Amino acid sequence: MSSGPSSLYDEIQGVRATYPEPGSATLPALRLAQERYGWLSPEAFREVAEALEETPAFCMAVASFYDMFHLEPVGRHLVEVCTNVSCALVGAQQVLEAFEEELAVEAGGTSEDGFATLRTVECLGGCGWATIVALDHRYRMNVQPGDVSAIVEELRADG
Amino acid sequence: MADFQPIVLGGADERDLTKLAEYEAIGGYETLAKARRSEPQAIVEELLTSGLRGRGGAFFATGRKWSFIPKPDQNPNPHYLVVNADESEPGSFKDHEILARVPHRFIEGCLITAHAVESKQVFVYIRGEYLGPFEVVRDALEEIRDRTDILGGVTIIVHRGAGAYICGEETALLESLEGKRGQPRSKPPFPAISGLYASPTVVNNVETLATVPPILAMGGEKYAQLGVENSTGTRVVSLSGNLERGGNYEVPHGITLRELIYDLGGGIPGGRQLKAVIPGGSSTVILTADEIDVSYDYDSLVQVGTAMGSAGVIAIDDRCCMVQLGIRVSEFYEHESCGKCTPCREGTRWMTQILRKLEAGEASESELDLLLDVCDRINGKCLCPLGETAAMAVASYVDKFREEFIAHLDGGCPFGSDSPLDEVLAPVAQHTHSPVAEVPA
Repeated sequence: MSSGPSSLYDEIQGVRATYPEPGSATLPALRLAQERYGWLSPEAFREVAEALEETPAFCMAVASFYDMFHLEPVGRHLVEVCTNVSCALVGAQQVLEAFEEELAVEAGGTSEDGFATLRTVECLGGCGWATIVALDHRYRMNVQPGDVSAIVEELRADG
Repeated sequence: MADFQPIVLGGADERDLTKLAEYEAIGGYETLAKARRSEPQAIVEELLTSGLRGRGGAFFATGRKWSFIPKPDQNPNPHYLVVNADESEPGSFKDHEILARVPHRFIEGCLITAHAVESKQVFVYIRGEYLGPFEVVRDALEEIRDRTDILGGVTIIVHRGAGAYICGEETALLESLEGKRGQPRSKPPFPAISGLYASPTVVNNVETLATVPPILAMGGEKYAQLGVENSTGTRVVSLSGNLERGGNYEVPHGITLRELIYDLGGGIPGGRQLKAVIPGGSSTVILTADEIDVSYDYDSLVQVGTAMGSAGVIAIDDRCCMVQLGIRVSEFYEHESCGKCTPCREGTRWMTQILRKLEAGEASESELDLLLDVCDRINGKCLCPLGETAAMAVASYVDKFREEFIAHLDGGCPFGSDSPLDEVLAPVAQHTHSPVAEVPA
């Protein structure tokens, strides 16, 4: 698992070398593993730990602190609706419900076909352009419930 | 206001300042070259003259912060400049716009500051969710990669966070940057003495740094003439909530909150009435609609018992239930509490539980007092201000809208689903783990 020119192990070594102290590579390393596998499985933690010269338990302890790391499998697409105050004041809950209906999944879950994971998130930092929805981490601004079916269509066209 | 020209976001309406050539065409990076010809101490003095105070929320004098960095002969460790680009305060999205629209001005500010504090290494800790701004800054850095005249031997590393509000607290940010869980450190020692890798470290906010080049270009004295006493210069204010025109607006300090809401923000849509304003992000004490003639500057906001915080103004119209607002805000802090200090970790959870009982009409008046008591038991008892700001914000809703809270005691919420915050699903309620503690009966 730690061979090949673009192995995760090598990529992580590259990141470690950019910092004065290699420990700083923990978050980037976890992100690289997640980008590769979609989520952080026990196997992914073992790989990251080996590359960082840490224990899997340390890596898991760090990852579990941060919302963007997935400790369970997620769908092929990630739909995140901000429901913090500014978005909620202009109808984020209705946007969320429209996604629940369109994706046939409850917030916090993944659709049965593995197409998408839907979840609410805390303030995404786009409050004046509410409601903010992050589609695979790209922000959509001023989303209204009426926009949701077209957005989901776009995601479906993407596979 | 009429003849006011923005300085942090200046030029970005006319030109695409994400491009190096465009930025250089308006004199970009010339201030840096000039600054490098001055002694670091002279830059610090100029910043002290300007009166610039940190735009992250604490409003600490920037020049003073820089002056705490020990001289190389006092501490042989390298000096680091760490940029706090972890903007996560509900209501604030100014740094988002600054990074996305004037990345080179921001980078110039970083390089000038690195010169002022004698640092060769800059880390930009940007929140993981800001993929768009991250890419803009990354591309801007790519454009200057071979420009040794600009970089001057300084390396800038952009480090992405991974979703944790608390990493906006500077010592939590440093822990996270060192590859650990983002839990605040106890202070002292302060970062200026022992920060990143236990070395002298300056932690500055994005807007603070993007303000440095224009200050040096115009001179500290001229900058100090903008704004008002103790709050010199301009501020990029984020407007959101129930407003016609939400967005970021750079204004001189001293404009009134009313002007921000009605002139720049365009007022309240749908013929509704303004009910309340959160003036500086969700961590700040709420203001009622009749308190908005206050001047938007540090001292004036402190005088009315609140704070400018990170300049996130949230307008709330008359449909909104204040208990529901309390629930939503409390749930945010409950979710984001790092868990290190018990009063914050448990207290925010208790606050949410009591507020939920109130909303359901199942609480007695004594529980309203219990809520305030819980708030009081968080205040001043934690390593960082997270729990404290949650407690002060929610207590202010009770204080200023007490009748509305009392009205919930008998039969529940008078607003119900007419309020936009009714039954909003917060991330904390979405997690599968079950709560471990209930409020004692």
